[in-house]
Amino acid sequence: MDKNNKVPKDLLVPMERKEDESEKISGPSRTFMQDARRTFFKNIVAMISVVLMLFIGIMSIFGPGMNEHGLDDQDLSRAKMPPYVSALKNIPWLGFDGTLKGKYRGADVEEATQNAYARYSNNDDFIDIKVLDEGDGTKDSAVVKAKYHVYEAKDMTDEYFWLGTDTLGRDQWTRLWLGTRVSLIIALVAAVIDLFIGVVYGGVSAYYGGRVDNVMQRILEILIGIPNLVVIVLMILILKPGITSIVLALTITGWTGMARIVRGEVLKLKEQEFILAARTLGTPDRRIIGKHLIPNISGIIIINTMFTIPSAIFFEAFLSFIGLGLVPPEASLGTLVNAGFENIRLYPYLLVFPAALISIIMIAFNLIGDGLRDAFDPKMHK
Amino acid sequence: MARYLLKRVIYMLITLFIIATISFFLMKMLPGSPLSAADKLSPEQREVVMDKYNLNDPVPVQYVRYLANLAQGDLGLSFAFDNTPVSKILMDRIGPSAQLGAQALIFGTILGILFGLIAAISHNGVLDYTSTIIAVLGTSIPSFVFAGLLQKFLAVEWDLFPVALWGSFSHTILPTIALMIFPLATAARFTRTEMIEVLGSDFIETARAKGISEYGIIFKHGLRNALIPLVTVMGPMAVSLMTGTLVIEQIFAVPGIGKQFVDSVMVNDPPTIMGTTLLFAFLFVAIILIIDLLYVIIDPRIRLSGGK
Amino acid sequence: MSKLLEVKDLRVSFNTYNGEVQAVRGVNFELNKGETLAIVGESGSGKSVTSKSLMQLLPAPQGFIKSGEILFEGQDITKLSNRAMQKIRGSEISMIFQDPMSSLNPTMKVGRQIMEGLIKHQGLSKTNAKNKSLELLKLVGIPNPEVRMTQYPHQFSGGMRQRVVIAIALACNPKVLIADEPTTALDVTIQAQILELMKGIQDETDSAIMFITHDLGVVANVADRVAVMYAGKIVEVGTTDDIFYNAKHPYTWGLLGSMPTLDDDEEELFAIPGSPPDMLNPPKGDAFAPRNEFALEIDKVMEPPMFKVSDTHYAATWLLHEDAPHIEPPEAVKRRMQGFSNTGSKDDKKK
Repeated sequence: MDKNNKVPKDLLVPMERKEDESEKISGPSRTFMQDARRTFFKNIVAMISVVLMLFIGIMSIFGPGMNEHGLDDQDLSRAKMPPYVSALKNIPWLGFDGTLKGKYRGADVEEATQNAYARYSNNDDFIDIKVLDEGDGTKDSAVVKAKYHVYEAKDMTDEYFWLGTDTLGRDQWTRLWLGTRVSLIIALVAAVIDLFIGVVYGGVSAYYGGRVDNVMQRILEILIGIPNLVVIVLMILILKPGITSIVLALTITGWTGMARIVRGEVLKLKEQEFILAARTLGTPDRRIIGKHLIPNISGIIIINTMFTIPSAIFFEAFLSFIGLGLVPPEASLGTLVNAGFENIRLYPYLLVFPAALISIIMIAFNLIGDGLRDAFDPKMHK
Repeated sequence: MARYLLKRVIYMLITLFIIATISFFLMKMLPGSPLSAADKLSPEQREVVMDKYNLNDPVPVQYVRYLANLAQGDLGLSFAFDNTPVSKILMDRIGPSAQLGAQALIFGTILGILFGLIAAISHNGVLDYTSTIIAVLGTSIPSFVFAGLLQKFLAVEWDLFPVALWGSFSHTILPTIALMIFPLATAARFTRTEMIEVLGSDFIETARAKGISEYGIIFKHGLRNALIPLVTVMGPMAVSLMTGTLVIEQIFAVPGIGKQFVDSVMVNDPPTIMGTTLLFAFLFVAIILIIDLLYVIIDPRIRLSGGK
Repeated sequence: MSKLLEVKDLRVSFNTYNGEVQAVRGVNFELNKGETLAIVGESGSGKSVTSKSLMQLLPAPQGFIKSGEILFEGQDITKLSNRAMQKIRGSEISMIFQDPMSSLNPTMKVGRQIMEGLIKHQGLSKTNAKNKSLELLKLVGIPNPEVRMTQYPHQFSGGMRQRVVIAIALACNPKVLIADEPTTALDVTIQAQILELMKGIQDETDSAIMFITHDLGVVANVADRVAVMYAGKIVEVGTTDDIFYNAKHPYTWGLLGSMPTLDDDEEELFAIPGSPPDMLNPPKGDAFAPRNEFALEIDKVMEPPMFKVSDTHYAATWLLHEDAPHIEPPEAVKRRMQGFSNTGSKDDKKK
């Protein structure tokens, strides 16, 4: 430790101080909500989901008006037309070239080709045949690939059904976005109702406590014991099918989860010092609820609602899928997926688009919910 | 413990009673005749049948009789399915559903725990992200979409499994996969979060300071503590399986309870609707009870004192 | 006295979202057989990080040893493989953690948690390990050890849990016992019991103890030597007497001055203003200067080296430079050191 030689001795004098720097706080201060917002906006996955959902929401409003086809313009002559988009028609693998494709088998090429022709109403002028396997004469040994130019065959080359038409000749694009609109409305309305009832019930139960809480909890326990699936199906059976009945059926037990969460949170908060302090100071109930309780439970309420929405979308689709949902010609994502299933083998495009869309919506909402959960978690704030 | 159990069983019975009552009166409110499945009857024949099923009695009388029969395990006769006793229909059909449900729950949970564990160990690594993506997709994509994809590719296109129906074990594979995605994803997600949290806790540091190997840390100290909370999500998982069976059995034409329920709704046959409803409700409350008891058993910290 | 553990220029950093946090910045000390070394400092001074790097228990992958050596019986353990380190942990060097409420596995019976290390390091059979565990529980003063063995941690009180933690740490007769604030989370009365227990155990087993604490009161009771840490460095080291009767570093003065005592009720506590520096960007020069009312101009530009006060006593402050202005400790601290020296803190009790 003998480095003292190089020490600048002139500096061995008491330090001059301008101001008291010892109490300086480094870093700006931020409120909890600012932190939460910042964390959420920094979450790329959640932000992409938000943008995606905004896009889907806008499309569900304006999508149906983007072409001249209506929700229920039935025309059997143009039923089951494949997707056809003028800008994409020269890229065959995308599937928007207005053709139906399939592989057909037979003992030899001739028989296989005939099978293909028979499938596509014998319009052999408009069918391209490509031989994949010459075959050896045994049953189904020859394979041909057939491509049927539907729009040419029907002489409708100037019509474009972007996502094709369904079995009744209705434009799938229009129906898809109208269906999305219906599904989103059902989900949002159900979520808002759940939120409202749940928060009020849970809040009142926890805030007043005592006997009120006791009675309300016993009721809740029994309600939670009833499987929502059963209630929903029974409700749908006796109500007239339609959007209102579905919303009613979804909300009749849907709010219990929210009520339970809100009650738990409020009970926890009630014990905390700042609430006790407010009470001691004689703050009126209304003010305690508005100023202290609601801001502190808003995070968990928002998160829970974000997860209610996809589950409502799922249940609506599920009901439509088992035939208890909307009645034709009304469309929702569920009815479209269901119709798609009936045609899965021959017209897969009827299933692909609604199935993909419902999956995207569910994923996006779940990711937004995850993002919000992280944003409201103080541990995640950086 | 005994008191807790008693309390829970009483709650269970109350719940079942309420469901039975609700479903009975809802059935009475059903639009149309309960015999809509037997439309071709002449008015006289109809009267005879109505008498036979005691449908001409006042509703309260029917209700009391219904409850009395229910208490003896008699669910009545089906109007639509060849007058078969509802209990027999349910007994015949519970097998496939139970098999699918059990397979999906067991494989789904085990695989999910495995995925979650791998993800937690490779925290923020490639395997972690893969497993997270699987979990998000699995919890988000509706089971029927998934079932459709499986059916289209694995059965129709590549011909690896039977497209539908019931029979050999290979018939159960696709519906099991479709059903197990949700438990798998839920378990994976949950195990991952819990495991990461547990591995960061103080007692893991104590164990490390004792010189325990990484293997011991993860399996002896970490996993058990991470899995205890998993029991709490088993309830929602089982419920989603029940919901799932309704669609999955429909898609794969599996002769189970779920398909029976949908079928009886379609033909509007009140006795079977009520029967399946009660069965679902019973399974639901029983599973929740079992899970709660399981939780008490595996977590030494929970002590049941008195009624709480 | 032989050196059991020698730490040379240890630097430990953490990679965080905001950059590299230099938690420990060149620490040197040694631990001799059978002695108790106390490491004292505020939270964030790097004392816990130092102890964790001795065990190689830094949270991976953020925390890492940047440079330096940790010689245990002459062998540099920073170079050991994970597997080799596992053999040392718990058998040669073991550790007692701060919070007994969370440092035991809640779902494993207490007996098994003690037996685990015995089976792993000493290859004992289950029965032998069980017998040894019973002895250990008796040694740490837990009544009814047979019953307690089969209970879970939540059935123990805080003090009892800390005794279990100590029993786990002692299981394999470690040569070094690191106690990271073992009494901080306990009630005052329990604290005294645990300290008594640790002293008793040391007399019996002759382990060296490294005692990490922020509480100088505890130090006076247990330590042979004291090292004071500030901002990732040791700023003063000496025997307990050196530190309590003859502290040289203004930070140590501050620590002594902020200790409430019974004798001098009329005087104010001598508090250290401000808070420790941000270790993301450690200040140039002397890290303590901004809070030091006796700081010199040189503190802004140059870090003080360790100045020798006596054979056992070193301190890192420019005030000890021969050309520095002579500064006396504040009156309050001076009186206090005088007071300690009159009552005699440790040696009287020990002998």
